[in-house]
Amino acid sequence: MKNESRILGVGELNALVKALVDSEPLLSSVLVRGELSNYKIYPSGHHYFTLKDADSSLRCVMFRREAAKLRFRPENGMKVIAGGRVSVYPRDGAYQLYCSEINPDGLGNLYLAFEQLKEKLLGEGLFAQETKKPLPKYPERIAVVTSPAGAAVRDIIRVLGARWPLAEVILLPVRVQGAEAPREICAALRYADAKLDADLIITGRGGGSAEDLWAFNDENVARAIFACKTPVISAVGHEPDVTISDFVADLRAATPSNAAELAVPDREEIYSFIEAADKRIRGAALSYLKAKRQRLEMLSKRRVMEMPSAYIDDKRLRLDRLQGMLAHAAVQSLHGSREKFAAAAAALDALSPLKVLARGYSLVSGENGKIISSARSVRAGEKINVTLSKGSLECTVDERKLK
Amino acid sequence: MSKEKSFSFEQSMARLEEIVKLLEKGDAPLDSLLELYEEGTELIRKCSKALDSAEQKVTKLARNESGEIEQVPFAAEE
Repeated sequence: MKNESRILGVGELNALVKALVDSEPLLSSVLVRGELSNYKIYPSGHHYFTLKDADSSLRCVMFRREAAKLRFRPENGMKVIAGGRVSVYPRDGAYQLYCSEINPDGLGNLYLAFEQLKEKLLGEGLFAQETKKPLPKYPERIAVVTSPAGAAVRDIIRVLGARWPLAEVILLPVRVQGAEAPREICAALRYADAKLDADLIITGRGGGSAEDLWAFNDENVARAIFACKTPVISAVGHEPDVTISDFVADLRAATPSNAAELAVPDREEIYSFIEAADKRIRGAALSYLKAKRQRLEMLSKRRVMEMPSAYIDDKRLRLDRLQGMLAHAAVQSLHGSREKFAAAAAALDALSPLKVLARGYSLVSGENGKIISSARSVRAGEKINVTLSKGSLECTVDERKLK
Repeated sequence: MSKEKSFSFEQSMARLEEIVKLLEKGDAPLDSLLELYEEGTELIRKCSKALDSAEQKVTKLARNESGEIEQVPFAAEE
């Protein structure tokens, strides 16, 4: 304890070592070969295990996000190549490998080939979502490209039959493993696409080792799937197995039975839909008629329909009122006329010759009845008539006095 | 190997869905309502019949003696 100032806390030391390890470029990306042991998957989804060889062991962790991309099921005793970075977990003061990938050892070359082909086809757009074709809703004919033996074809036919027996199934038997498999699968895909008038193609096989599934990582098979005008479902192996075919196909199914489930609707569901449609159609027709009836009732409840006489009475009252107004106007008008007539008659009366006679004037007319207003119109000795207000006189002219 | 196109389940179902929507909208005149109703019940009858009477048909392609491809019945071994 010569130099107290150099004493570190545990955490400080761990942090120092961590910083040192993290700064070493060689440790930021390493590949380690070893055997899996003590493999545990925590509820968090993270994977914890130890890599061992003859006389050493290494603590490893693979977080959930990376673990989800695993293409196989890691098991204790399995020889693998793990890739990742080395760092220190400060709490335990232990260094460990933070894995980003684990691949089975011995298949190194296959995995390399897989990754390279995947990159190449991805670059060419064979996996693009926009090239994926929609699946038919109710397939009438399904072509199945797989081995005629084994569980896969049996599962597919069984599930299709149980869910949707309306779909006809045509099997194109091919070998699904071995050197001849890719060529046969390609030929069958092309035939199914061009000759069978199928709505859908299912291709795949049951589970097996990575080598067994290899035909579905074949470049020609991938291109044959991509070239199909008919939608293709790829169903290779079990859930964690992913092949190039799965990326190229229009839909990836986890297993062959799953492919059949995705391929067709369930008859029971369609029955339910049809029953519901039946109810809905009846319901809609009934409520339509009900609405029409209500409208009819509403219209017929209006006053004119329900009590037409009352409606007419209303009109009649209005008519009467109008008539009254008209009569009054006519009387007013007539009354005015009568007064005017009386005035006119009075004026006329004032001008009457009889009135003049009444004031003492006389009217003289000749024998021919003509009014005589000048002494020159008569001669002496001529008879004339003098009309007075009351009575008349027959006279003889004695003498004329001309002015 | 072309399919019989006299009855298309897909088209029938699409039309049935359309009819249900049209009827539920409820603004069709009475005449076309009756027509739609009849068409709908007819489609329901046909679709139900297709579902009831369906029997899965499974064949496989095989080459005959003269090397031609033909369809033969297929039964998967259990």
